[in-house]
Amino acid sequence: MSILANKNTKLLVQGITGSEGSFHTKQMVEYGTTVVAGVTPGKGGDSYEQIPVYNTVAEAVSETGANASVIFVPPPFAADAIMESANAGIELVICITEGIPTLDMVKVNEYLKGGTTRLIGPNCPGLITPGEAKIGIMPGFIATPGRVGVISRSGTLTYEAVDQLTKEGLGQSTCIGIGGDPIIGSSFKDLLALFEADEDTDAVVMIGEIGGSAEEEAAEYVKSEMTKPVIGFIAGQTAPPGKRMGHAGAIIAGGKGTASEKMKALSDAGIHVTENPSGLGELTKKVLG
Amino acid sequence: MKIHEYQAKEILREFGVPVPRGGVASTKEEARKIAEELGGTVVVKAQIHAGGRGKGGGVKLAANASEAEEYAGNILGMNLVTHQTGPEGKEVQKVLIEEGVDIAQELYFGIVLDRVTGQLVLMASREGGVEIEKVAAENPDAIIKEHIDPSVGIQPFQLRKLAFGLDLKGDVFKEATRFFSKLLKAYEENDSSLLEINPLVITADDKVIALDAKMNFDDNALFKHKNILEMRDLTEEDPFEVEASKYDLNYIKLDGNIGCMVNGAGLAMATMDIIKLSGGEPANFLDVGGAASVSTVENGFKILMSDKAIKAVLINIFGGIVRCDVVASGVVEAAKNVDIHVPLVVRLEGTNAEEGREILKNSSIDINVASSLAQGARKVVELAKA
Repeated sequence: MSILANKNTKLLVQGITGSEGSFHTKQMVEYGTTVVAGVTPGKGGDSYEQIPVYNTVAEAVSETGANASVIFVPPPFAADAIMESANAGIELVICITEGIPTLDMVKVNEYLKGGTTRLIGPNCPGLITPGEAKIGIMPGFIATPGRVGVISRSGTLTYEAVDQLTKEGLGQSTCIGIGGDPIIGSSFKDLLALFEADEDTDAVVMIGEIGGSAEEEAAEYVKSEMTKPVIGFIAGQTAPPGKRMGHAGAIIAGGKGTASEKMKALSDAGIHVTENPSGLGELTKKVLG
Repeated sequence: MKIHEYQAKEILREFGVPVPRGGVASTKEEARKIAEELGGTVVVKAQIHAGGRGKGGGVKLAANASEAEEYAGNILGMNLVTHQTGPEGKEVQKVLIEEGVDIAQELYFGIVLDRVTGQLVLMASREGGVEIEKVAAENPDAIIKEHIDPSVGIQPFQLRKLAFGLDLKGDVFKEATRFFSKLLKAYEENDSSLLEINPLVITADDKVIALDAKMNFDDNALFKHKNILEMRDLTEEDPFEVEASKYDLNYIKLDGNIGCMVNGAGLAMATMDIIKLSGGEPANFLDVGGAASVSTVENGFKILMSDKAIKAVLINIFGGIVRCDVVASGVVEAAKNVDIHVPLVVRLEGTNAEEGREILKNSSIDINVASSLAQGARKVVELAKA
């Protein structure tokens, strides 16, 4: 009852011996995620919390059958880490790393084209399928199993939305943070399509923000293809133009990418839009009746 | 990161891109000396990060060195207001003195990332000297675009398409194709995020020249480019924002009177939005990040308290990796070292929220605890108006 990851997912952690990687590996294991391997070049043969560490992703895959990878390596090496996973045939790569140079991601984007690897992120909190698997850094306790999908460009604002849903008695099928960078592996549109096809999801909450046109593309998809209700919010209604609002991708450039034009595109496509970030849970409840 | 025109031209010169001869001056005497060396008519251009300098009176044509000295004297120290500086304007500290160019044609050339395709796109237009956003809105067909396949790079036919699209012929055509490919090299090798030559000029004697140059850079890639980092001009940035960046805080100053401190960029934007929705005006964007410690919270507070416009503060923390008890301790510590002279509203949720609320309750600081984002916003707006 989910998309992307469930209790059968066999996860490997790239950068498992670093401070971020080791801390979150422990958290993921505690949540119940099956972590089968770690990769740190030069530390092959070691282990961390009884998880074997390998030098290369290829080796880790052939020894453990890992089919998903989460990346915690520092920004200068993260693009390489994504491509290594794709090359080893990993189906799902989730890159948490923040601060990857954009031109590095241009190359990664090209490398992944036409392949079978799905990338989530970078600069994202990862995903959680409540009660089954948590990949990344989201706090597990806020989510409860259920039938609402959540897709968001941000981290803590995703927690806020998930928390509101849970307080309204609405559980989640899968919650995904897609990342705040200008180039990301999976868009709103890509994941809306997966939720549309998932028989255990009834509705989707999408949380966008200023900058780029991913929300507008999602709106077009929703209008033409989607049968399930979508509830939307766009952060940055009060953001000034030309300023990077924390996320590298959150910038109103040349008068484009404002919250108001995105909200209009969403509601024109039949998406239930709220201006109030505190009202997402309530609106979802109302829409689901 | 942004740099000045004269710095962008220094970079372009290294890549073999033709730019007018010239030099940068901080005094009118220096300006005169450069003008004398150049000889003849020169242009005096104010060096600030904002565009629209000509309309604001920051660009002057001088017939000789003494005129150049006079104009430089007027422009240096002036508060230049353009549509990009905002009404407060920007003080000019440097001027660029360049040889006059005999212009036959003004064109536009730019390179940016197309976020939809994830590829770089080269753009050219015959409507030079005009804002490209305006051209894009009114006459999109006037912009020729070529996307670059990252696996093979730019191809000669693409350079030709751009030059044909600009109606160039003969030697100018060939020179323009070389010009475009050098600009792309300068963009890629410096991890630029925007390169604009507006106008790109064809001279009366058929030379292709970058008459103006704008280059921005990818902040995430500056670790590779120490030379560019050295070009950073802190006087062009908001002093609060510079101070915040020293502590790894993302801070942007706004015009309102309600300060906010939030963990995470998306939630920080949403917090500003809900303040506005509740009838208030946010004074800033402040993201303390995913790894907020007692000292980041304290430093964030110092910056908020130095903004005299602030009448009340909302702290909104959704603990994930960040623990609410740590943030609460940070607030208590900050209160010891910083004079908190405005009412505080605190909303804590997520990891260790209970413990955090307990710490605040037991402290001597007067704090309004909110149980939800909506309630926190309502409360802080009410207090700011009181």
